[in-house]
Amino acid sequence: MSTLNEKITEEIRSQAERLLSSGEVAAFLGYEAGSLPMTARPFVARKPEDVSRLVWNSFCVLNLSNYLPSLLKSFEPQRRPGEPPPEGPLPKVGVIATGCWSRNIVVQIKENQVDRERVVIVGIPSRGMVSSRKVKDLVNNREILKVIEEDHNLKVSGSDFDQEINRWDVVRDNCLTCVHPDPVIYDILIGNPSGERQVSDRFEQVNDIEAKTHEERWEWFTEAFSACVRCYACRNVCPLCYCPTCFVDDSRPQWVGKSTDQTDTLLFHILRAYHCAGRCTDCGSCESACPVGIPMRLLTKKLNKDVLEMYQSEAGMSLDEPLPLTTYNPADPQGFVLTERSEKGGGKS
Amino acid sequence: MKVLKFDRQAIGEWLSKLAEDYDIYAPGESSQGTWQLISDYSQIDIKSGVPEKPVKNFLFPQPETLLTFSTVPDDPDAFKPREPEDSGRKNVIFGVRPCDARSISLNAMPYEKDTYYKANMEKNLIIGLTCNTPCSTCFCTWTGGSPMGTEGCDISLTEIEKDSFVARGVTERGDKLLCLATAASEASDQDIEKLSGLEKDVAISTDITALEETLKSKDMMELYNAPFWKDIAERCVNCGTCTFLCPTCYCFDIQDETLHGRGRRIRCQDSCMFPLFTLHASGHNPRGDKVQRVRNRFMHKLKYFPDRFGSVSCVGCGRCVRDCPVNIDIREVMRQMLTF
Repeated sequence: MSTLNEKITEEIRSQAERLLSSGEVAAFLGYEAGSLPMTARPFVARKPEDVSRLVWNSFCVLNLSNYLPSLLKSFEPQRRPGEPPPEGPLPKVGVIATGCWSRNIVVQIKENQVDRERVVIVGIPSRGMVSSRKVKDLVNNREILKVIEEDHNLKVSGSDFDQEINRWDVVRDNCLTCVHPDPVIYDILIGNPSGERQVSDRFEQVNDIEAKTHEERWEWFTEAFSACVRCYACRNVCPLCYCPTCFVDDSRPQWVGKSTDQTDTLLFHILRAYHCAGRCTDCGSCESACPVGIPMRLLTKKLNKDVLEMYQSEAGMSLDEPLPLTTYNPADPQGFVLTERSEKGGGKS
Repeated sequence: MKVLKFDRQAIGEWLSKLAEDYDIYAPGESSQGTWQLISDYSQIDIKSGVPEKPVKNFLFPQPETLLTFSTVPDDPDAFKPREPEDSGRKNVIFGVRPCDARSISLNAMPYEKDTYYKANMEKNLIIGLTCNTPCSTCFCTWTGGSPMGTEGCDISLTEIEKDSFVARGVTERGDKLLCLATAASEASDQDIEKLSGLEKDVAISTDITALEETLKSKDMMELYNAPFWKDIAERCVNCGTCTFLCPTCYCFDIQDETLHGRGRRIRCQDSCMFPLFTLHASGHNPRGDKVQRVRNRFMHKLKYFPDRFGSVSCVGCGRCVRDCPVNIDIREVMRQMLTF
């Protein structure tokens, strides 16, 4: 009996092989197995014989749409700035997309980073990805040598232990609170859509922080982000971060200090989060990539909550919806705008 | 050199004694990431394998103030460099794994004439802790180290059986610290026998031998132009996780920061994974593409450094293997370079 993921893997391979051998796509973006338990690597198959390397499991935690713009660009002839794009169709790329990844592709299409005509989206309804950090915590950080994934359990073993873990107990926080597991845009669908998920309160973690006093929030913020090494893995695995030069990398002028001084570290995280407002799909790549376990996802989650409450919008749900923060409506709430009056005690509207 | 035997309580008493004159740091449950200032032995929490952050953070403080200055215009000493303030207190770093400890002496090669690095070596005393259970990401023996290694340590501790430690003085100043361990006893011949037994037991088996010699014998330009760099770089997201967690990545940036009339010149860790690392003032970037940066990191560690200093600039701690978000495994890169 093969597991759900084994069946999906098989289906991915056959679709990728078909797309590559027919020449419909020039490359297929998926995952291959990693060198350690609980790791999977983003992988680009370019030849039909590469597809046997493709896999699907609960450790495909990074959002593949992050690679899409540069992969598409790699198939374009080089041109000077201002030079028009070449005539005729450009090669296509196949890509796997779960619910949140597909929503990021929608955002990329709307922000002109990805051409819809050039991607073949293989949609997979997500069952939630696993946090390896949670698994490590559950086995008291003992050295894990092997993890076998079944449909609902993980069999985790080391040199001196064997433990069976309920998969749902170690699913990432963003997946636990996800309400849109199905791809919103796809050309091929693998598996059955699971429909909108019911979650009692998907903003619970945010509400907990909102309930704190200013001082307590500051304490939480400074403490939770203190281990940051400024590696920018959170930024670099994020499909929303595609500026040619990030504000932290500008040297003329330099906006942010380079050390791990608290002011600079916190400024980076706050600004990074704000740049994602109205665009973030809570895919959780940032947290999964962080080497020191910083919960930076909660900042973007807070902004997702605000954008939903104020503009009734969730990022990337449809190609037709305008981007919430680049569209002005006179009825938009403006209570957060600091004016002379509000500073004098006008407060929230 | 002294060889003493400790139980847990004796270590605790010893550290309490040392805490009178030194700041003691050890792996613990800290949100700061691993190294925690401790006042009590019970706060120490050492797991198998290496702690999250490398010991280099004591040798290359993040950031390190090189000098300070005033920026007040009518201050007669405005913009004149001043020595940064220093309490003069030294650190004892407890529980440093052999790979991390070895990184201190490897980094000392390029930093041979760096007064700041020398001062930090002077300031930090290293109490090593050998490894009884190597992890799946450990490969210190590939790179010339050993789970029982003492290089870079002032004292090397080994747990010869549960809660029973043998401490070997490695340097003179290590011996001096051991003299303060009044609750410890001289190690018996039997203890020393157990210690040498362990040295044989915990070796990490590998088919990789003579890594340095083979890499040194390779033609630099052929390796540089090898086609596999493109494959390795393809999935790399160009973050700095590998470089910031690597104990032997030692590159830095120098910045002047000023605030409210005071300024400081700092040196902070930098990463060759970032485009800004090599950006010229002209706007030209000699390593403008990701593949060039990825190649440089590995070539520096595994070719340029051994060619110049003899050893590979990698101690096999496995942090980059463990924490790379896209699972770039330096062991695979080594194999590719060795067989190319």
